[in-house]
Amino acid sequence: MTTPLLPDQESDVPEKRQEFEPSRESQDNSFAVWVLRILSALVVPLVIIVFFFSFQFLKDDDVNKILQVTIAVVVGVVGVWALYWGMDRMVNLLPERPAHGVRPFVFVGPALVFLSFYLVYPAINTLILAFRDRDGESFVGLDNFVTLFTESQYLIGIRNSIVWVLVVPAVAVVFGLGFATLADKMGKRAESISKSLIFLPMAISFVGASVVWLFVYGFRPAGFGNQIGLLNGIMSGLGQDPVNWLQQQPWNNFMLMVILVWLQVGFSMVILSSAIKGVPEVLLEAARIDGANEWQVFRKVTFPTISSTVVVVWTTVLITTWKVFDIVWVMTGGRDGTQVVAQQMVQEFFTNLNDGLGAALAVVLFIAVIPILVINVRRFQAQEAQR
Amino acid sequence: MTTTTETPTVTASPKREGGRFSKWPVYLSVWVITVLWVIPAVGLFINSLRDPGDVRDSGWWTIFGSILDPATWTLENYRIVLQEGFGNAFANTLAVTIPAVVIPITIAAFAAYAFSWMTFPGRNLLFVIVVGLMVVPLQMALIPILRIYTSFDVTGTFPAVWLAHAGFGLPLAIYLLRNYMGSLPASIIESAKIDGASHWAIFVRLIIPLSVPVLASFAIFQFLWVWNDYLVALVFLGIDPSVRVLTVELADLAGRGEGAFSLLPAAAFVTMILPLVVFFSLQRFFVRGLTAGSVKG
Repeated sequence: MTTPLLPDQESDVPEKRQEFEPSRESQDNSFAVWVLRILSALVVPLVIIVFFFSFQFLKDDDVNKILQVTIAVVVGVVGVWALYWGMDRMVNLLPERPAHGVRPFVFVGPALVFLSFYLVYPAINTLILAFRDRDGESFVGLDNFVTLFTESQYLIGIRNSIVWVLVVPAVAVVFGLGFATLADKMGKRAESISKSLIFLPMAISFVGASVVWLFVYGFRPAGFGNQIGLLNGIMSGLGQDPVNWLQQQPWNNFMLMVILVWLQVGFSMVILSSAIKGVPEVLLEAARIDGANEWQVFRKVTFPTISSTVVVVWTTVLITTWKVFDIVWVMTGGRDGTQVVAQQMVQEFFTNLNDGLGAALAVVLFIAVIPILVINVRRFQAQEAQR
Repeated sequence: MTTTTETPTVTASPKREGGRFSKWPVYLSVWVITVLWVIPAVGLFINSLRDPGDVRDSGWWTIFGSILDPATWTLENYRIVLQEGFGNAFANTLAVTIPAVVIPITIAAFAAYAFSWMTFPGRNLLFVIVVGLMVVPLQMALIPILRIYTSFDVTGTFPAVWLAHAGFGLPLAIYLLRNYMGSLPASIIESAKIDGASHWAIFVRLIIPLSVPVLASFAIFQFLWVWNDYLVALVFLGIDPSVRVLTVELADLAGRGEGAFSLLPAAAFVTMILPLVVFFSLQRFFVRGLTAGSVKG
């Protein structure tokens, strides 16, 4: 990381000038500075982890929870701030040039260590585990992946997951866009009330939402009492036989997708609504004066202007959908052909205690989002270039 | 009102006047969709207030015959549910959520400041990695962390979940905070530097106070995420009744089948009440966080 081509500006350029032009700032990248950087990154996370995991007190579940939480919050805020402050003071003791090189790592280092410990290292470890057996002990080559791509239960899971990501984001975006466009034409008060109500499911857990929909899809065989599920209530009102909605393959998958759509339309609608309000009024008026009807105004002016937001919403809902686990887990447990990859992943490692297969399923989940990861990074870099 | 004052108000108004667009079909369709949207939740709410026997015997829509009869309504379900584990689970969820929201904020704020206003080798690359990590599925991290936790015997403890949630929340937190801090005017930071302020002083006295809105956005986001989380709590905290959280308790109740049906609606509302209150009182901050472009792992 050393940059020998840079002139050594240490001697006569005043510190403040360097700060003004950060790109040309000289940095001491010697070995000693790197050691200090790594040390300063490690101190805060190590102290936090050791503190939280070594005090039996915080782990006991019969200790007063209020006290536990209070201590956790005090340590998590005051303690962490004090640690950063102490590290910053220590850096002040260094000579100016090394201090200048080390200080950023006092600020950014602890976060990087946490990210490495909780995301980067486990992700790499999962990649390795995917090629190991159920205990993660011996190497089994591609066996886990062969299982995933040959046994029908996993193939059905992959098929279902693909259908989920084709259907849910599309429906959520179309509904969200349609609703935002219509609501935008209402009075302010009516718009805000209706939007809040559509948005409301965003605050609810997937488990809670599943319970809400258990009372929509509820089923009792005819002759075993009144129907308490709304859909079957309507069916019996119409004089039809009740239907066990969650066992009708393959339609039960779509019944589950409805739940996620119900949860996600609010998100899509709110983001798209703010994009629609950002479309310059002049453009819309110009189109109307030229004789365009409302549909043409939407298709030719509004939609092209907000298309990048549509892509963002689409990919965000897509990722949520791809990782959906709770809804399937609670509603059907993956039975009756409703399994999806994310739910099978938890089932394998948590219920069936097959770490290797669970890891392989996680890798499948991950590989599928790589294109979105690349798109996100590219979009971010394009934004940065404009700054 | 005179015409001179009226004209500018109309053009300045963000409200669209739909030209020749007729209004009533718009109002009708919006309200029909909205009503359809809330019916499942309203049905559940009505059920939560009915006699347990009635919930099992008839659909919630049958109350409309006796809607004014006090015998229709009862808080009995809530009383039973709170006594049967949900009171304890509520406390557990609070115990999980508060530290899991608070801990990552400080760590992310320091990192976001460094990414915005300090120079160091690898800065851009590291931030790109953070952006990439936002999309990595949580599932990629579960098995190895559970193995580490098990070998240190911390599975099923609150700190295990606090730090896991903190770690998983960091990419989004750093991303949101850095975007916000990076867009603060460089001139104020430069003038503080000319006055001899250190990075520490600039961060504590200038950046943190200016960043309160985005800190609030993230806090609400993380609160809703942790409160509503089922997967992380299930894996790292488990189903032991003494520590399990509301979502785990509710999923367990839902898995007990028809016998527990009468308690489910009230139980579900116990899990929802706090996020709904937070959500509606602080919706503005939440929406701002969302529109800042959030994808969470």
